[in-house]
Amino acid sequence: MANVKSVRMNVNGETVEAAIPVRLNLVDFLRHHVGMTGSHVGCEHGVCGACTIEVDGRAVRGCLMFAVQADGSSVTTVEGLAQSGRSAALAAAFKSHNAVQCGFCTPGMMMSALSYIESGGSADRERIRAHISGNYCRCTGYQAIVDAIEEVIGEETGNE
Amino acid sequence: MKSPDFEYLRPATLDELLAFLADDSCDSQIIAGGQSLVPMMNYRVTQPDRLIDINGIDDLRGCRVEKGIMRIGAMTRYVELQHADIDREIPLLARVLPYIAHDAIRNRGTVGGSLGLSDPAAELPALALALNGTIDLACQAQTRSVSADDFFHGVYETECREDEVITALNLPCASDGDRFGFHELARRHGDYAMAGVIVAAPAGSMPRAVFFGVADRPLHMPDLDACLAEHLADGQTASLDRAIACLADVEMVSDTHASEAMRRHLCAVVLKRAIEGME
Repeated sequence: MANVKSVRMNVNGETVEAAIPVRLNLVDFLRHHVGMTGSHVGCEHGVCGACTIEVDGRAVRGCLMFAVQADGSSVTTVEGLAQSGRSAALAAAFKSHNAVQCGFCTPGMMMSALSYIESGGSADRERIRAHISGNYCRCTGYQAIVDAIEEVIGEETGNE
Repeated sequence: MKSPDFEYLRPATLDELLAFLADDSCDSQIIAGGQSLVPMMNYRVTQPDRLIDINGIDDLRGCRVEKGIMRIGAMTRYVELQHADIDREIPLLARVLPYIAHDAIRNRGTVGGSLGLSDPAAELPALALALNGTIDLACQAQTRSVSADDFFHGVYETECREDEVITALNLPCASDGDRFGFHELARRHGDYAMAGVIVAAPAGSMPRAVFFGVADRPLHMPDLDACLAEHLADGQTASLDRAIACLADVEMVSDTHASEAMRRHLCAVVLKRAIEGME
């Protein structure tokens, strides 16, 4: 018999309760049990960043936490960012700069970018690149992604 | 690429944790940040019967300074150290932190986790050695403090026994005149370095240079330290060359990232750059 535990957490503002196998990782829980398929599963060992989500206000790898560890936490996925409007400016910039090709890395990339922007990150391109170094884009759209992040920071600080 | 099944325990106190660890009827593994352990479980490199989650033990969190020593609780996350304003007390740690993995990893990864894993490519074990730190361990019967010099036994091997837990890392706070250097070479910012070095030169005592990512554990060589002391005093190329020559016969790792010869070369490169950047 698989080990099962009950969890209760807040996902994008709504309370979710479930009895789940303890070996289930958080991003699989969000995708298969909660139906939030925006967070993607790439490498499953914390390298690619496609599963980046927010747990209690901090960006984390969704594949490197067991869902049972998020019991009592608040989780935000890319769907939550869209619903609240937090990512509106960033999403518009990604669109206008064509910073999306296949889109697989985009939810994780936006999560990472947003944590950088919201923590007051500078528009310095090297710093932006260092910050998103934990997110792989296999279409190699980094140039456009950095352009988009730079633009949002420029707009917010009035240094366009 | 999914973890095998396990029994999940989440003790709320250190006593409760130590009682779980004292039970040797099954194979237990502590999970702190899980940033290395979870991938290893997914790869089935490790398959513990019981996973003991210490994220709920508040006593293992946070830092405090006492008599010139900073005690960093084992469950303290890198991000908490980055926010803890440690620039004055442990400037070397403040300098190294941004190079430890990526933002999302630092938001979960812990000090105790890095020490306990003993990955030879990790920055923190090398930093603990360079600063001559000590590591506190606890089991039901006793607590003990082990010098970083004696703690790391090899790849994933440490002095910490199966019934013990790492409770804290103790590092001496910097004094006026202390100088520190750090340099690492990685293919992508935040990835494990192919070679790196941490240099600590406390005012009035022997400097320590500790290399990481090159051997089966953090590489510290007292004969190299002696040449380095000379070099820091005279600034001459000859003394630096003698320090680098100490690396000639050391066995180093050879893998897909870099051959042994390349690593030996990179050790000299990072040492020179770390010395140039000492402050």
